[in-house]
Amino acid sequence: MMTRYSFGGDEHLFVECDEAMSLDAFFKSLSMTNAIRDAGIKGVTEICPANASFQIKFDPDLIKPNDILKEVQGIESAAAKTEPVIKTRIIEIPVFYQDPWTHETLMRFRERHQDPTASDLEYAARVNGLADVDAFIRAHSGSPWFVSMVGFVAGLPFMYQMVERAKQLQVPKYLRPRTDTPKLTIGHGGCFSCIYSVRGAGGYQMFGITPMPIFDPEQSISYLRDFMVFFRPGDIVKFKPIKQDEYDHALGEVASGRFAPLIRDVTFDFRDFQKDMTGYNAKLEGALA
Amino acid sequence: MTIKVLHPGLSTTVQDLGRPGYFHLGIPVGGAMDRLALRAANMLVGNDEGAACLEAVFIGPQLEFTAPVRIAVTGAEMPIKLDGVEQPGWTSLEVKPGQVLSFDYLKSGARIIISVSGGIDVPLALGSRSTYPIGALGGFKGRAIAAGDELPVGTAASGKAGASVPEALRRMPGHPAELRVLPGLYWHRILPESQQSFFADQWKVAPEADRMGYRFRGGQALKFVEREQPFGAGSDPSNIVDSCYPYGSIQVPGGKEPIILHRDAVSGGGYFMVGTVISADMDLIGQLQPNMPTRFVEIDMDGALAARADRKALLQKIRAALA
Repeated sequence: MMTRYSFGGDEHLFVECDEAMSLDAFFKSLSMTNAIRDAGIKGVTEICPANASFQIKFDPDLIKPNDILKEVQGIESAAAKTEPVIKTRIIEIPVFYQDPWTHETLMRFRERHQDPTASDLEYAARVNGLADVDAFIRAHSGSPWFVSMVGFVAGLPFMYQMVERAKQLQVPKYLRPRTDTPKLTIGHGGCFSCIYSVRGAGGYQMFGITPMPIFDPEQSISYLRDFMVFFRPGDIVKFKPIKQDEYDHALGEVASGRFAPLIRDVTFDFRDFQKDMTGYNAKLEGALA
Repeated sequence: MTIKVLHPGLSTTVQDLGRPGYFHLGIPVGGAMDRLALRAANMLVGNDEGAACLEAVFIGPQLEFTAPVRIAVTGAEMPIKLDGVEQPGWTSLEVKPGQVLSFDYLKSGARIIISVSGGIDVPLALGSRSTYPIGALGGFKGRAIAAGDELPVGTAASGKAGASVPEALRRMPGHPAELRVLPGLYWHRILPESQQSFFADQWKVAPEADRMGYRFRGGQALKFVEREQPFGAGSDPSNIVDSCYPYGSIQVPGGKEPIILHRDAVSGGGYFMVGTVISADMDLIGQLQPNMPTRFVEIDMDGALAARADRKALLQKIRAALA
């Protein structure tokens, strides 16, 4: 894994931990961004972690670009020695796969799709060599996902599945991005799944929808009163397939303020995870039981 | 006191200097596209330089004032009228209760800033009054203003009536516009001939140009250095593993049409970027109209920092001229 540094104009330092996505690259990025935050470097105004890379915004009136580069390079070697263990949380996200709303949307944009005769889920199952849609849903909801970046638009989580590379689900993005995506759609592009936090444009394949809001600028939703954005990098997500009646019920709970997401604090040790992914995931998911 | 919106214009939003600190969550800094124009507009009416103003693109709004205030309009050249009588731009104007501010057709530039003494007094959202429409956050109810809205105005500040920013201190893009770019980010992904053509070609602003990003057309498509795509990036050579997008960074989906990300940018995504427009030239982008011929001019870090210092000095001159 080669770290590559570049400047984004005179206000950003761009750091690519690896060209390819992997949990190793994510953890390197996470430990570096944590160390940079702890170092409290003068002139740093924002630290934005992203999958296998990150970006720092700085004020060049307060710190010279080459000085911040040297500081961060110094932190790289120190961060390599930190233990890849994080205290985080696992969250169960209910998903109504094959719902009518994303289906209506995907039909509306069929001419922008690789396979106009299939649904996004049918296409995704086929390109991943899975027997059918049910098998795809089982794979998607069968193992947990790491939130490896929050962004694109307000509070949207990019998620990377915690399975061996050979089992990772990959799908191309739409040939041309859609101009519409229902709010809270579960999407997938490349090796990343996401939850669209707001309605708008999108290029990821659409698989389903969750009743659980993850961004609330009004902060009226009980679990978003402290902060309007739900996710943070390092969160672990487990999708739980639900049917329409459960979805409708959950929506009612959200509206009445009674919906409480299932969240548990967990510690994640990357080394132990690597030794036995299936076993480790089972233990993690045990926290949700 | 309030401002009654008689006509909203094309898209008029409340903007200040933005909300830094939340880009890591996908919430962009936002704020005025032309910050120098915003600062000048506020100075003219005696506000703090970062007070909230209205930013209007292409077509100005029609506004009625309910109390005596001082206003100023800076940025693009768009004839300004008070009760139908033309008024100078970049100048502090006195307004009587009941007077109506309106605008004629845009002459040059793209965006005007309208300041009012006391500032637009919408609630702070994450430390800023800027409107982020996609997230329905900030500004007036999280959206562009509409006919019938009544915009709250803060307690009036002072400011000298008739004060004006000297012409020489008003900064607008040239023709063709020149935007200075620091190559970097994924610059190495394109062939040397494309590195050359990117700066040699004349581009034009495409119709898709807004607060999130400005798209350009007309230059040669960029050719990529061959490689096997890294895992998770996607199969197109312009795809990368989704990463952060710096403000001002220039992504080129498919190698075809460069897009400069601006104040309401998406914070990240899966397209490679060739470099970044330097901070000193970001204000100019917001004043580009569709079809405006534009050249990207290569600059190094020392040049970028010198340009930044020049822009600071210009701002200081405006302050001195209005003190």
